[in-house]
Formats: sequence, C-alpha cells, structure tokens
Amino acid sequence: MDFLTDNLLTLILFTPTLVGAVLLFLPQQEKALLRWVALLGSLIPLALALGLWFGFDSGLSGFQYEFKATWYEAINSSFHLGVDGLSLTMVLLTTLLTPIAILASFNIQERVKAYMILFLMLETGMLGVFLSLDLLLFFVFWEIGLVPMYFLINQWGSEKGERTLWGGRKIAARTYASFKFMIYTMAGSLGLLLAIQMIGIAAQTYDLTELFRTWPTMVRLENVPLGLPVSTVKAIAFWAFAIAFAIKVPVWPFHTWLPDAHTEAPTAGSMILAGVLLKLGAYGFLRLVLPLYPAEAKTYAGALAFLATMAIIFGALAAYGQDDFKRLVAYSSVNHMGFVVLGIAAAAHAAGTENAVIALNGAVLQMFNHGLSAAGMFFLVGVIYERAHTRNLNELGGLFPIVPVYGGILIFTSMASLGLPGLNGFISEFLVVRGSWPVFTLFTALSTIGLFFTGAYILKGIKQVLHGPLNEHWVGHITEINLREIVVIAPLMLLMLWIGVWPNWILDVINKAMAMLF
Amino acid sequence: MAPETLIWLLPLPPLLAFFLIVLFTNRRNALSHSIAVGAAFLSWLGSMVVFILALQKEHLGEHPFEAALNWLPVGEGWLKIGVLIDPLSAVALFFVAWTVLMIFIYSVGYHNFGQPKGDHDRKGLPPHGATLTDEHGHKHTVPSIEPMYARFFAFIGLFAFGMYTLVLSDNLLTMFVGWEIMGLCSYLLIGFWYGKVSARSAMIKAFITTRVGDMFMLLGIVWLYSATGTLSFRAILWDQKVLDGLVATDGWFGLSAAACIGILLFLGTVGKSAQFPLHVWLPDAMEGPTPVSAMIHAATMVSAGVYAVIRMFPLLSAGMEHGALTPPMLAMAGIGAFTALFAATIAVAQNDIKRVLAYSTISQLGFMIAALGIGGYVAATFHLVTHAFFKALLFLASGAVIHGVEHGVLHTGQHIDPQDMFNMGGLRKKMPITFITFTIGGLALAGFPFITAGFWSKDEILADAFAHAPLVFVVLALSALLTAFYTMRQIVLTFGGEPRTQAAEHAQEVRWTMWLPLAILAFFAVTLGWVGIPEALSGGLVPNWVHEFVGSSLPHHPETLEFNMIPLITSLVVALGGLGLGFWYYRRVGSAAADRFQVPLLKNKYYIDEIYDRFLVKPAYWLADRFTNQILDRGIIDGALHGIARVAGSVGGILREDFDKPVINGIIGDGTANLYRTLARWLRPLQTGRVQQYLLMGFVLAFTALFYYIYTLRP
Repeated sequence: MDFLTDNLLTLILFTPTLVGAVLLFLPQQEKALLRWVALLGSLIPLALALGLWFGFDSGLSGFQYEFKATWYEAINSSFHLGVDGLSLTMVLLTTLLTPIAILASFNIQERVKAYMILFLMLETGMLGVFLSLDLLLFFVFWEIGLVPMYFLINQWGSEKGERTLWGGRKIAARTYASFKFMIYTMAGSLGLLLAIQMIGIAAQTYDLTELFRTWPTMVRLENVPLGLPVSTVKAIAFWAFAIAFAIKVPVWPFHTWLPDAHTEAPTAGSMILAGVLLKLGAYGFLRLVLPLYPAEAKTYAGALAFLATMAIIFGALAAYGQDDFKRLVAYSSVNHMGFVVLGIAAAAHAAGTENAVIALNGAVLQMFNHGLSAAGMFFLVGVIYERAHTRNLNELGGLFPIVPVYGGILIFTSMASLGLPGLNGFISEFLVVRGSWPVFTLFTALSTIGLFFTGAYILKGIKQVLHGPLNEHWVGHITEINLREIVVIAPLMLLMLWIGVWPNWILDVINKAMAMLF
Repeated sequence: MAPETLIWLLPLPPLLAFFLIVLFTNRRNALSHSIAVGAAFLSWLGSMVVFILALQKEHLGEHPFEAALNWLPVGEGWLKIGVLIDPLSAVALFFVAWTVLMIFIYSVGYHNFGQPKGDHDRKGLPPHGATLTDEHGHKHTVPSIEPMYARFFAFIGLFAFGMYTLVLSDNLLTMFVGWEIMGLCSYLLIGFWYGKVSARSAMIKAFITTRVGDMFMLLGIVWLYSATGTLSFRAILWDQKVLDGLVATDGWFGLSAAACIGILLFLGTVGKSAQFPLHVWLPDAMEGPTPVSAMIHAATMVSAGVYAVIRMFPLLSAGMEHGALTPPMLAMAGIGAFTALFAATIAVAQNDIKRVLAYSTISQLGFMIAALGIGGYVAATFHLVTHAFFKALLFLASGAVIHGVEHGVLHTGQHIDPQDMFNMGGLRKKMPITFITFTIGGLALAGFPFITAGFWSKDEILADAFAHAPLVFVVLALSALLTAFYTMRQIVLTFGGEPRTQAAEHAQEVRWTMWLPLAILAFFAVTLGWVGIPEALSGGLVPNWVHEFVGSSLPHHPETLEFNMIPLITSLVVALGGLGLGFWYYRRVGSAAADRFQVPLLKNKYYIDEIYDRFLVKPAYWLADRFTNQILDRGIIDGALHGIARVAGSVGGILREDFDKPVINGIIGDGTANLYRTLARWLRPLQTGRVQQYLLMGFVLAFTALFYYIYTLRP
C-alpha cells in the first residue's frame, strides 16, 4: 500500500504507456482483444486518479504526493511530480475522458493496435504536463503529446475533403489539418523552449517549486544575452510563454488551426483534443505564466482580456456561420475557452483580490466543464456522422422522430454547452463574468454578445439536425444510438447535471487551490 | 414538518415527474399523465398549506419564512441560495399553484387521452384524427391521441419546476436559474410540433429574443453581486444602507449604479414579458399546443418577468425623492404604457383566436409594467394575479373552442383553419360551458365593472396612474377601451350569430377534463377581485386585503391613495364603452372582408418582424457567415498563415535553388569531388606502375630534401 501512495503520481503517469507496451505484443488481428485491453487498461489510471482525489487534502497549501528523482543532474533538472487542486482537477478530467474516448473508438477498424497505442501514449503526454513540477519535464511532456495527435489526425482522420493551397495545389484535408496543428504548436513551443532555457540558465534550476519563490522577485539575472535589462528579458520571456499557451488554448487570432484539426480528427481524437489538449494551454497560463510573471501578467492583462473577448465573440459568430456540424462544434471551443482566458486575464490584473479568486474559480471550472461538454458534443457529432456519412447541416434535419433518444441526448448536451442554468456551463460562465466584471467591465459586457450568439449557434445545430419535417431520405439509414454509445455519453451527462446542480464537490477543491495560489 | 422544509420540497414533484417520464415511462401514456398530474397536485397541495401558513403568520413582511444554504464557494465566503416566502411570493405561489394544476388537468383532455391512435399521425406533428367504423359500417373521423403524449407531460413538468423555483427563490441567481429553465421549456414546447416549419422557427425566435433580455439581466445580476457582495433579496432590498450605497455609486452615462442595475434587470423583463421592442416572440409562441400557450402567457413565463421587477421594486425605485421617478421607473412607465396601447391596436386586427389573446397578453403585461413604473406596486401585483387567472382561463377556453371546431372539421371533412374566428360563430349553443367561461374571462379582461376581478385590478392601476402620471393614465385608458372592444369582438365572432361554416355547425362541447379547469378558473376570475376593493368605495365593508397583505412585502408600506372619482368613472366608461362598441359593430360583420379594422399596417403588426429580419437577422448572419467565417478567419488570418508558410516555402526554395544547388552542391559538394577528380586526373600520369620510375622519383625527392636541409642549416 505504501508503494502505491508513494508512487501514485508516477503510476498514474506511466500506466497508460505500460498498457500501450502490453498492446504491442498482442496480435494485430485480434481487434476486440486490443480494444478491451486498451479500455480496461485506461481504467487503471482513472481508478488511481479517483484514489488521488479522495486522498487529496484540499485544505493544505502547496503540492501533495510529491515525487522527486534525479534526472538531468548536469543542468539541475529533476523528475519532479506533484499535484495541487488545479492539477488534480485536470488529472481527473484527463483520466476520465481517456477511457470514454477509447470506448468511443471501438468502431475504429483499421490498424486498431497502432491507434490504441498512440491514444495511450497521448494520455501519458497530457498527464505529464499536468503533473510536472519541473520546467524541462513540463516541456518534454508538452511536446510528447503532439506526436500521437499528429498521427491520429493524419492517419485516422476523416477521409473526405480537400484543401486548396496557393497555386491551386490540392492536398487532403486531414493532411492539411494535421500539418497545421503540428507546425503551429511547434512554432509556439520554440519561444517557450528558449524562454525555459533562459530561466534555467539564469536561475540555475528548473524546479518549479523553487522558481515560484525566487523567479518573480529576481532582479539580477546571470548570463543575460546582449546585456538587456531584467524587465525587458522578463517581458520577452513572458510573451514567449504566453504565445505558446495562447496558440494551444487557442486565443483569438491564433485559433484557425483548431477548426481544421478538430473537424478532421477522428471522433475520439476530437473529444480528447477539445476535452483535454486545449486545457494544456490554459493550464500553462495558470501554472506557469501567472505565478512566474505576476508583474508582467498584470501589465499585459488588458491585452489578454481583449483577445479573450474577441475569441468569445468571433468564436460564436464563426460557429453560427458554419454548415458543417463538426466545424460548428469546433468553433464553439474557441468561444468557450475565451471565457477561461477572460477569467485568467481578470485574475492576473486583480491578483490577490476576491474578484481574482472568483474569476479563477470560474476559469478552472470552465476548463473542466468544457472538457465534458465539448467531448460530449464531438461524440454526438460522430454518432450521426457514422450513420449518415455527412456532417453537412443542410442535408440533415427532421431526424428527431427517427432517433428520439439521440435527440434528447443531443438537446441535453447542447444545453450544457449553451450554458443553461441548472447544467454545468452556467456556473463557470457566471463565475467568470462575475469575477471579471469589476476588473474589465467593458470586455465583460461585450462578451455577452458572444454569449448571445452561443444561443444562436447551438439552436441552429439542434434545428438543422433534429427539427423540421421528417426527412424521408434518412428513414432506414440512420439508426438509434446504441448501448455502447449511451455508455459513452451517460457519465458525461451525469457530471454535467451534477456540477450544474451541486458544484460544491469540485468547486470547493478549486476554490481552496485558487485562494492559496493567487 | 417545518414550513421551510415544505417550501424546499415544493418545486421537486414536477421535476421528479419530468425525470421519471423521460427516463422510464415515456411509452406509457396513462402512467405518464398520472405521474405529472399527481406531481402538480402535490405541489399544489403543499403550496396551499404554505399559503395558509403565510396568511396566519403575523407580520409576514418583516419575518418571512426563509431558509438558505451554502451553494458556491467564492473565495473566503459562500454564495448562498435559499427559499423565501413573504407576502409577494405567497400570492405568486397561490396563482402559480392553481393555474399550473388546472393546465395539467386540462392537458389530459386537450391531447385526446383515451382516443384511438391516428391513422397517419407521426411524431412532431399535431394529431390528424383517426377513422373508426361503427357497427353499422359507417366511418367516422374522430380526434386521435397526441403521438408524443407522454413527452408533453414531461416538458410541462419541467416548466412548472422552473416557475416554482423562480417564485420560491430568495436570491436573484436561483431566480435566474428558474427563469432560464422556463426559457428552455418554452423553447421545447413552442416547438413541440417541431415537424412544422413554422413551429421550428417560432421556438428559436422565442429563445433567442428572450435571450437578448437575459444577457442584459445577467449583467445586472453580476453588477449587483459585485457591488453588494450578495444576491439575496432580503439583504439587498430590505437594507436601506445597501440601496443608498448603490444610489451613491456612479454607474454609466451619468446614472447611478442603482439605476443602471435596475435598467439592466428590467431589460430581462422586457424580453421575458414580451414588452416592446422584444415582444415579437410571443405571438409566434402560439405555434405550441394551447395548454402551453396558457402556461406561457398566464401561469409562468411572462408572469415571471413581471414578478421579477415587482420583486426588485425597492432597487428600481431606490433614490426616489418627492415622487420624482427614477430612471428605471421612467423606462418602465414609458415602455409599459406604449406596449399596452401598441399591442392592443394590433389585437384588433387579428383573426386567429389565439393571436388576439397573445396580443392582449402583451398589452396587459404593459399595464403591469407601467403600473410599477409609476410606483403602483400593489396595483401591479394585483393585476398580475387576476390576469394569471383570467388569461389562463381565456387560453384554455380558446383551446376548447379550437378543439370543438376541430371536432367539427374532422366530422365534416371541411378543410378550414379551426383557429380563425371568421370560421366560427354560433358556438354558444354548441359549447355552452365554454361559452360561459370564456365570456367570464373576456369580461374580466375587458374590466367589466364591479363583478369581475379584472375591473378591480385595472381600476387600481388607472387610479395610480391618474394620481402620479396623467400621460400614462390617458394612454392606459385608451388601451383599456381597445381591450374591451377587441374582447367583445372575439366573443361575438366566436360565439355570437349563426355558425359560418359546417365545421362550426358540428362543433362539440369538450370533456370534463377540459371544462372543469375552465369552471374553476372562472370562479377565481370573478371572486379574486373582491379582496382588493378600495375601502373608500366599499365603505370599509370589505377590507382591502390585497393592499394590506401585498404592501407589507415592502420595507415601507405603500400609502393608500386618496379616493378619486375620475379614474373610477373612466374605468367604467372605457370598459362598458369598448364592450358596447364591439358588440354594436361586430354583430353585423360576417366575414373578414367586411371588417373595416383589417388595416394592413395592423394586420402585419406594424411590419416589425420584417424590419427585424432585414436589419438584424440578415446582417447578423452576414456577420457570422460572410465576415467572420469567410473574410476574417479564412481570408485574413488563414491568409496570413498561408503567407508565412508560403514565405517559408519560397525561402526554402530559394535556399535550395540559389544556394544549396549552386553553392553547396555545386561548389562544396560536387565542387570538391570535381576538384579531386581533376587533381587525380592530373596526377594520374605519375602512377605508371614502373618500379624504376618510382625509384627515380624517390631519389629526386630525397636529394631535394637533403639539399633543403643543408641549405637551412647553413649559418
């Protein structure tokens, strides 16, 4: 038992890889076996994460379940893991969504083995980001997550669709999307890596617990290039961090990789992409940018809030303008993640006040909520796509009489995404708006335009899929949602309702963590 | 059980019914409606107990029933939610419980429970009727049961839950929760027959239009919460210090924070209670089944909007000095009075029996809003309650009329619109109970003097308006005249004269599940007025209970107005005059063509839908599709990205074509190789393979080295 508690985080982190390694030795043609091993294997980290959740003492400040081992001694980087209320919430989300996504991919027929291994590797990459307490380690996991996702989009993405590039060159949409996703994120990572190096050299450590104490107040830096003043160096490093994370979130105007990647990815890939990968960016802001650069964050918070408001408004507008159901849902992520960034910006500007804590409560809860609702929405799009082989909203419609259960589930999940009071999204959006109102009044007021159009695009989606005269074309072709699919969506729906009605169980953990952190 | 515990439990039965029906019993009609009606009954019973307890409790205004618990952790503290029964919520609970229960019972009959399944009915469309063959071999077409019968009861259950939540809330946040849940339910129920294209548009229109108001309201809530640190009604509205603080704080546009928050909250009501300019959704909401119309227009949704501003009245009127209206009150008085008149004029030219009622609802809500705007707190509440009863009655009765005519349509096979009043006529003989109850409701709406509830509540509004704002008084009096006029028009066209169609000829009285609720509501539509008779008029014979009881919801009990004959006489004149004119004119009008009030401007509702479509809806879609999607994202942002990619691509190309290939490959790569080859070629003649030649070369080199050595050694 001691072994378990002492190494809990390491176990959570590497069990998926281990399961992936087991899969490697299973026969390629035994698809069912591969699927079940992957699913059951991914339930282990979930069980461990639940153990972590209940073993975690939210009243204590600082990190818990810390684990530290020598790693790169020469440059003072160590294998250092730990959780607080913030990362715990994200770990729970990741370990929860992965088995759900794996169950959702049971209909994958091609190269099941490679697919499942990549998926499990992806989980390790994501968990590593949330668990790392060492900058270099953080970066390593940050990059590891990219690789499997690239292949998932590139190899298992939707087969239809082409993009025309300059000069009339045509390439497959999934190639375009995966490439854009990879290169864009890498472009952000470049600055991040340089800034991390700079910190490591100047502070002689990569350990975050130490850097949180020393870095913000450090007035003399060693080995600064060109003899730049400390404030300039820090401002540049701040923006290097901020842009890397802004691309990942994504903050307007760095968002255009998202609709492409989300639309082309396989269903489960989109679920994880929207559910967890976007949170890596927001997590980066909360874990690194705000604690390491409080002064710079405060200075530039206005700019960030502006971009967040733009994301909220234009994300909603763009979603409303789509005719592709999946693209509509993809853009809704831009809209929803805008609230996360708005909350973060407000907190950066008003650090130390109650407003900041409320805004951050909202932001973190919104991360969790969006994980649930976006994953749910992408899954439901996948369900209908698998049957109709089209995502074009103009070709669907009138399906409610054919698929009443699916229709009910779609309306429920859409309403959670819309932020209907009584379901989860409302709580987090309310908290963000409440927290940022006294700080950025104008931006908050403008963001309600986005909130309004959220209603417009959600209703458009429901209308174009379910309502209207019965579509004879689909009778007999589209079948009701099956049991496996209900098992996939049911836990998400339960959580949406539970958080909407009684958010205390999770919000209390977040609230304490935010009050202690900021 | 403590009253507070009971209050917590009140909203739950309908919610439970919703989940039970959706998850388990959705294929079993009888069980589903039993669960739903049973749940409504339980809530009704609990509400009546609470209402009686509230009546018995002394000084309920100062010491209401309240209980709260921690809900959201925010920093150090908590955002609490809880329940509150003060006099205002007690009377609201009273009318909600009654109307909801009546609507639930009525729905059983309305959706043709017990009738056979339709021949060609399908989900998402209204039932079309079933063909039965009797023992003589005759075929009859009879009404068929609603194909989504169980689902309807699930939805109205959720609807009732939303309204109970709203009424019982002790804070703005859970009130907003109930508010929005009702928004969802109205969306689902207006579009209940989603297979109809018109219903599909109407459901979205309702949700989106009210959402405009909701967004402003959300900002108002957030602002209030930021400024005061609480959302509890009692903590804000009963604390003069908090209100004074809000008045002293600066807001926007030179207004105080209190005024700004008040206006934002009021904008929520503009959407929810369908006030101009956000009234457009409500007439379209008639696409839903009739019980839904009653639910939305009387019992719940629109009443909720008015209830919210009545609830927030101390804030809206904060800073009022010497009778000068605050900015939110001015807004309410202006918008309310304008809406009252505006909607009444449209109602005159409508031929659909439900649409007339829809516009009359908008108009009556305008009365309430205007009353509140001029400080008529009690009058607004009183009219809210009486209106809930007589409007629920009117809608349900109009549903009965439609049902009766539909029966005739099925029986005769005549294809006419069963909702068009010009297709009716003479129904008083065919449907006597419906006729009597509808007339009672209509007279209450028109404000028929002394015996109807509507008279007393409307009279109180007019009296308030006369005392405080003469202009509002004139507008409202004019609206009241029109109200009486179109109400009589409706009664005459529907029930008077002789049947104008075969279908009307064969109309049939409805079953007891439909007429019983009508009778009960009719009872209240008359008697409720008697609890609010001005004491000056009754000579103190009956105490003005409404004024005493409802007025005590305010920290400062409102003053009793001095009695004035002018508004009373005005009430009498406009009500009787309007009714008389309507009867006199429409007695002789037999067809729409003969009706001289069918002015295109009124018929087309002042073209507001067209204007909105042209200037708001289409530009919004352009902004979304064309601007954001095509120009901004695909064009500018992706264009810039592709530009960068292209530059990177061409830099790569240049590096390859102009540097890699000529310099690296040409000079360094191939160049080195070429150099060696040339050299080698040049040196090749030396390697002849003959030993003598090598030996000779060895000697030459050795001697050269030797000479060099000696030469350098020389001093």
